[in-house]
Amino acid sequence: MAKISVFVGTRKGLFVLSSDETREKWTFSGPQFLGHIIYHVAPDSRDKNRLVMAAKTGHLGPTVYHSSDRGANWVESTKPPAFAKAGEDGKVVDNGFWISPGHNSEPERWYAGTSPPGIFVSDDRGANWAPLEGFNDNPKYADWFAQGATPGGQMLHSININPSDKNHMYACVSVGGVFESTDQGNKWKPLNKGIQADFMPDPSVEYGHDPHCVVLHPAKHDRLYQQNHCGIYRIDRPSNEWIRIGKNMPKEIGDIGFPIVVHPRDPETAWVFPMDGTEVWPRTSPDGKPSVYTTNDAGESWKRFDKGLPAKNAFFTVKRQAMTNDNASKIGLYFGTSQGEVWASNDEGESWKCLVSYLPEIYCIRVMEYEE
Amino acid sequence: MLVHIPSPLRSYTGNKSEIQSDGSSVDDLLINLDKSYPGIRFRMIDEQGGIREHIKFYVNREQIKSINIALNGNEEIHIICALSGG
Repeated sequence: MAKISVFVGTRKGLFVLSSDETREKWTFSGPQFLGHIIYHVAPDSRDKNRLVMAAKTGHLGPTVYHSSDRGANWVESTKPPAFAKAGEDGKVVDNGFWISPGHNSEPERWYAGTSPPGIFVSDDRGANWAPLEGFNDNPKYADWFAQGATPGGQMLHSININPSDKNHMYACVSVGGVFESTDQGNKWKPLNKGIQADFMPDPSVEYGHDPHCVVLHPAKHDRLYQQNHCGIYRIDRPSNEWIRIGKNMPKEIGDIGFPIVVHPRDPETAWVFPMDGTEVWPRTSPDGKPSVYTTNDAGESWKRFDKGLPAKNAFFTVKRQAMTNDNASKIGLYFGTSQGEVWASNDEGESWKCLVSYLPEIYCIRVMEYEE
Repeated sequence: MLVHIPSPLRSYTGNKSEIQSDGSSVDDLLINLDKSYPGIRFRMIDEQGGIREHIKFYVNREQIKSINIALNGNEEIHIICALSGG
């Protein structure tokens, strides 16, 4: 029987919700790593037993753990991500922020994104990590990331490897923009045309944008969706210009948010979780009424899904790694809030129920599906 | 020499709060500690050799600001995780 585990990374440890394929009854376990900040936990798309996780504590430096038994036991990386030694002015990894498995043809390869912006590569399933020099030591690095840190730090995230080409990859930096490489990370170029940067003196800049979450569609490899600080976008390669599909969202809701989730089989369908991006950017549910919005036509139109969610007085914040999907025939969706609640939908977002409350602030949610 | 280990680092030392180690400098001591307890050094010292923000080292109860401090082997070392956070 198919099983599902939902890994919940929080500011104070790792928790797991488990169910069978019906997704009706859930068992709760944890915490593991109580007191550790779990920035990202990533299941291996190539090995159903394996996970890699980026963590640190308030006092200690960052590290990475990996598991080969679906999270029952974890081993610390022998050599965690670290920038090349360059003396007192050299870059220092504050935290591993993002973990992505590599291409299917390279089953031992993983990528990590960090704050400050850096990409690191492991070719032994997460045990040892080396800097990706083409990015970290790029001559344009200081220009691309000159805007400096956002309130949570300037982090590298949304590392997407093109399933059709192991050499073709995307990486995103807040504030910095979307960057593309076609030679497995040796050379990079910005890919931000069409993206607004209305916080900049020149909104048409080549880089300096603020992508919040970018997803390459697993069934249509030339399509990417982006939730940006300045709206929701889609790009269909080989075009180099993003289209603001968020302009079709209701004006009173806007198109600001952190996460974006795509349907694993339908390239036309995606989900977002809008937040209030007005004035001082509260980053909470607009008007205290949380809702998921979905498109079934690649962003031409959007539909509100809020059944089961609080009707008022609920000021959710859902971070960029804290919303995801499973791959069931009727897709399940999951999001975690900064107030420590995990919400789930068994019907592709139409209705929601709260699986657990009172966890620490949730940083990430990821799903592992397996046979037992 | 005697090295006091704070609780956040005792997962590396088998929960020992005090261990015996040696080194000709604090840097050398930390390298030796890492050989005995792999991974412990990077949690305290960043990749550029700096002491991490919330870690403090005391040699004979005097705080040091750099790990390039010579030792003669008779010192007592305290590693402190500065109180912070919430």
